[in-house]
Amino acid sequence: MSNIMNSIFDIRLLDDLARKETIVHRIHPLVKFLTTFIYLIVVVSFGKYEISGLLPLLIFPVLIMTLAELPLRPILKRMLIAAPFVVGIGIMNPIFDHQAVSIGGLSVSRGWITFLSITLKSVLTVSAALLLIATTGMDKLGSALRMLKIPRLFVLQLLLTYRYISVLMEEVSRVLRAYAMRSPQQKGVHWSVWGSLAGQLLIRTFERAQRVYLAMRLRGFTGEYNTGGYPGIAARDIAYMAGWTVFFVIARIYNIPMLIGSLFTGVIL
Amino acid sequence: MHMADALISPAVGGAMWAATTGIAAYSIKKLPKEMDENKIPLMGVMGAFVFAAQMINFTIPGTGSSGHLGGGLLLAILLGPYAGFLTMASILTIQALFFADGGLLALGSNIFNLGFFTCFVTYPLIYKPIVAKGYSRTRIFAASFIAAIIGLQLGAFAVVLETLFSGKTELPFNTFVALMQPIHLAIGIVEGLVIAAVVSFVWKERPEIIEKATLGKAIGSTSIRRVVTVLALAAILFGGVFSWFASSSPDGLEWSMFRTAGVEELESPDGIHRVLAAIQNKTSFLPDYGFKAPETESAVTAGEGEEGEASWPAVNSGTSVSGLVGAGFTLALTAVIGLTISSLKKKKSNISA
Repeated sequence: MSNIMNSIFDIRLLDDLARKETIVHRIHPLVKFLTTFIYLIVVVSFGKYEISGLLPLLIFPVLIMTLAELPLRPILKRMLIAAPFVVGIGIMNPIFDHQAVSIGGLSVSRGWITFLSITLKSVLTVSAALLLIATTGMDKLGSALRMLKIPRLFVLQLLLTYRYISVLMEEVSRVLRAYAMRSPQQKGVHWSVWGSLAGQLLIRTFERAQRVYLAMRLRGFTGEYNTGGYPGIAARDIAYMAGWTVFFVIARIYNIPMLIGSLFTGVIL
Repeated sequence: MHMADALISPAVGGAMWAATTGIAAYSIKKLPKEMDENKIPLMGVMGAFVFAAQMINFTIPGTGSSGHLGGGLLLAILLGPYAGFLTMASILTIQALFFADGGLLALGSNIFNLGFFTCFVTYPLIYKPIVAKGYSRTRIFAASFIAAIIGLQLGAFAVVLETLFSGKTELPFNTFVALMQPIHLAIGIVEGLVIAAVVSFVWKERPEIIEKATLGKAIGSTSIRRVVTVLALAAILFGGVFSWFASSSPDGLEWSMFRTAGVEELESPDGIHRVLAAIQNKTSFLPDYGFKAPETESAVTAGEGEEGEASWPAVNSGTSVSGLVGAGFTLALTAVIGLTISSLKKKKSNISA
């Protein structure tokens, strides 16, 4: 119950964040989309023992979050939501890989290193995806997908699904609230009403879809979802993507912390 | 059950994206043109329904266990496999973007795992043949129950394969399978019961919703041969990815190539060492790599997948120390940049306000 209210709140929050007007929000949606994808590929391409090499890539989410003036807490909260599966699989590594390695005189099991690497990758990839939607918004992302020649039917359907999620979540939460009030001391939905509870909702949804379609036809829907068009890609957008890509590639080829570290220790010793 | 980006390698992610894109393109082509427009709002609203209904907690009294509504099979039953698959794809896309439930690179695999097996395997091969003999409460119940369980089992098995091919986990295949399949059998049974209850309820109240979808034009053309062809293609893709991995470099690909040179240099005895060092000088990216070249490179090599394994003992404490110092410095720098920008922004907004 609280779960579903939280989810409605989450979607609204990301929608609000996407409506801000900052430098990052003004970047062309397609450019942001592609940059995020390059970033994800670079992060994921690191080997399973890599930790230090991944650290410079942290600057991407940090910089976007600050430049786009996004709040830290909700983003962090969502990273934790994504964690269980990754941590669940990753935690098996220390159990199955005991071989010890020495780092700065400390003996560490290799399994923990791979676990740490997976966790770090999870933080980087999850934050990148969330920041993409929090700085772009669903409609603009839809227009970016159209520019990538993703079929109209799919994009239209994606945007409609998105549009109706909050409507239907509210409906579900009302049904659940009514059910909870009539069945005290029960955690979930009892099996005797599984079919009727969800089934009623489904039938109602089916009818809603018919009304939605008729309403759309009355307003001149011909199969095209008009996103209002989008200005072309400017020099600024190209610079944004090129700048980040160069940085990602450098961070991938050279271990930047290692270079900085040897510079420091080299000076001291 | 959603794959995360952190657990997938670019090659596996890319292969699964390719497979999913192919199936999606095929599905779009198969959706009858004249139904298109009419069906889009239905797909959108039903997708939103599944999304919302997945948050309902269905409990089994006395056992303490509970389950959720599985989307793929239900959508296939209501909309047909093509529209069902596409709708499932958009649900998973929105989950990945807004709830960080499954990553963007892993999205291809997630759509495949949760959409393909239900819409294109268990729906046409299990659900349809059973209800084809004529609708009855028992048949509908059995058909959706069995199809849901098997669909989830196949999906869970695909998660195991994708994770192992990505080489991020140390879990042995047997252990992983022994973990995943029973868990998803338990989940699948509850899921199957929920779907069966919902579908039979809707059939009782509004039989045309269930019957029209199955007999309708959209699905009439799914032949078993088609399904087998798609499955074979998927198998080839999987096989291709697998052999790629078995052959040599696990991830870094060309990067790991030139770093292998560094490994050999460190591990070989003196005589060969010099020869190899000469070769390495020619082959490595930056021959006169400035800062304490050998150590730096060895540590970098150690960071690489399979090749790195051999070189682990070669990491000396000196490199590790500079690694730790550098890592700390990088983190501090990142924090300073972030804090400076946000404090500058605050100042600016204070002035303007």
